[in-house]
Amino acid sequence: MSAPLEFTLLHPANLTEAVKQMQAHPNARLLAGGTDLVPNLRRGIGAPDTVIALGGIDTLNSITETASHVEIGAGVTLAGLLASNLPTRFPALQAAAEIASPSIRQAATIGGNLCLDTRCRFYNQSQWWRKANQFCLKLDGDTCHVAPKGKRCHATFSGDLAPALLVLGAEIRVENAQGGRWQPLAQLYNEDGLDHLTLAKGDLLVAVRFPTSETRRSGYLKSRVRRAGDFPLAGVAVALTRTGDKITDLRVAATGTNSAPLLFDDFADVIGQPLSDAALTQINKRIGQAIKPMRTTNQPGLYRRQMVAALSKRLISTLYEQGAN
Amino acid sequence: MTSRLTLTINNRTQQHLVADGTLLVDFLRDQMGLTGTKQGCDGGECGACTVLVDGKPRLSCVTLAHSVAGQSVETIESVAENGRLSRLQAMFHERLGTQCGFCTPGMIMAAEGLLRANPNPDQAQIKTALSGNLCRCTGYVKIIESVEAATNHG
Repeated sequence: MSAPLEFTLLHPANLTEAVKQMQAHPNARLLAGGTDLVPNLRRGIGAPDTVIALGGIDTLNSITETASHVEIGAGVTLAGLLASNLPTRFPALQAAAEIASPSIRQAATIGGNLCLDTRCRFYNQSQWWRKANQFCLKLDGDTCHVAPKGKRCHATFSGDLAPALLVLGAEIRVENAQGGRWQPLAQLYNEDGLDHLTLAKGDLLVAVRFPTSETRRSGYLKSRVRRAGDFPLAGVAVALTRTGDKITDLRVAATGTNSAPLLFDDFADVIGQPLSDAALTQINKRIGQAIKPMRTTNQPGLYRRQMVAALSKRLISTLYEQGAN
Repeated sequence: MTSRLTLTINNRTQQHLVADGTLLVDFLRDQMGLTGTKQGCDGGECGACTVLVDGKPRLSCVTLAHSVAGQSVETIESVAENGRLSRLQAMFHERLGTQCGFCTPGMIMAAEGLLRANPNPDQAQIKTALSGNLCRCTGYVKIIESVEAATNHG
C-alpha cells in the first residue's frame, strides 16, 4: 500500500464558497480532475495541508453558447468537450482528443489543462530521484540542470488545449474575492517555468470563451513519443482565412517549446499573398526566432525545433489547400 | 483527516470512513479487499488500475476515493455473471488476450466501458479505447482480437 497523502480535502458547493476557502487557505492546491496534481503529489512535488476539490461546483461544468461567444466551464472534462459539437465546428479543439488517454480524458478538465504545471525531466521524477540529483531550481534546489548557468527555470509548458484556444482568440474568466474579469488567454502565462501562471493567490479560472463567429479554418498537430498518454514534444495550432488564393488572416500557436504557450499573429509579410514555399519559410523563421526548446525532455531540443517547423508547415498547407473560407 | 464516504461499489451502496488523501486504488484494494484492480505505474500512464465510474473508464491511481463520492464504481470483480465469466472475459480467455494477467483487469474494464457505449466498435475504435492501457506480454494483437470477438459482430 502506498502511504496516503496527508491533507484535508474541502468540497465547496459553489464558487462563492470556493473563493472564500481559497482566501482562508492561501496555500491550498486546487483539485479538478486530479490527473496532473495527484501523480505530482505522490512524487513529493508539493505537500499542501489543504486541497480544495472543485468537482462539486456545477456552474463550472457547462458549455453555453450565445450569439457572441461559446463559453466552456473550466470544469468541463476533455471527454465532455469531445462529446459536444465544438471540435467539429472549431477543429483546433480536436486537440482535446490528443491529450493523454481516454480514461484520463474522462476526468481531466479544460481548466486543469490550461493550468497544467510545467514539466521537465529533472522535475517530474520521484522524490529519491530528484534528491539523488541534488533537486532542481523548480523544487527544493537552486540549480536548473537544463541550463546550469542560467538564472531561471526552463520547465516546459505542455498543455495541448492552450495553443488551440489561443488561435481561436480565447479569453478566460478569472474570479476572486473582489469579483471577476475576462482577460485574453495569452495573459494567463509567464515565460518562467517556476511561475508560469499569472493567476494571483485567490484567483480561480472558471471559464474560457471564444467568438461564436470564428470561421477561420483551424487545426492542431502534435509530436510525441507515444501515440496516447503522452505530453507533446511539440504541438502547433493554426487558424487561417483564405480568400481566393490569398491568406488574409493567420494565427499560429506553439506548445511544448517554452515555459509558456506562444501565439504568433504578426505575419504581415505573408498576409495578402498566396501560400508558397517562401511564405512557409518566412512563417517558420518568425516562429523559430521565438521558440526555445531546451533539454527538458529526453529528446533533444533541436529535434523539437524541427518538429515545430514541420508541423506548422504541414498544418498551414493542409488548411490552405482546403480552399477559400 | 478522515471523512465519511458514501458510494456504490459493484452495485452495493455503502459508507466508509476514508482518509481524505486516499487514492481510489488503495481504498479498493486495501480497505475493500478488491485486489483485482492492479496498481502498475502509479502515475496514470499504464491503465492497469482502470475501473468504471458511472459506467466510464477512470484511472483509480490518479483519482482520490473522495472524488467519486455518490458515484458508482465497478471493478473487475463485478464483471463475472452468476459465477461465470462474462462474454468479454471468456473471449480474453479463448483468444489468448491474457498472458501474465497483470494488465488484464484494466484492459477488460476499459473494453467494458467501450462496449457499453458502443456495442459494435470497429478495430480503430477498440485501439483508441485501449490506447491508454499497456501490456508487456501479448503485443496487443490478441487483446484487440479478444475485444473484437466480444462485439455483436464478433
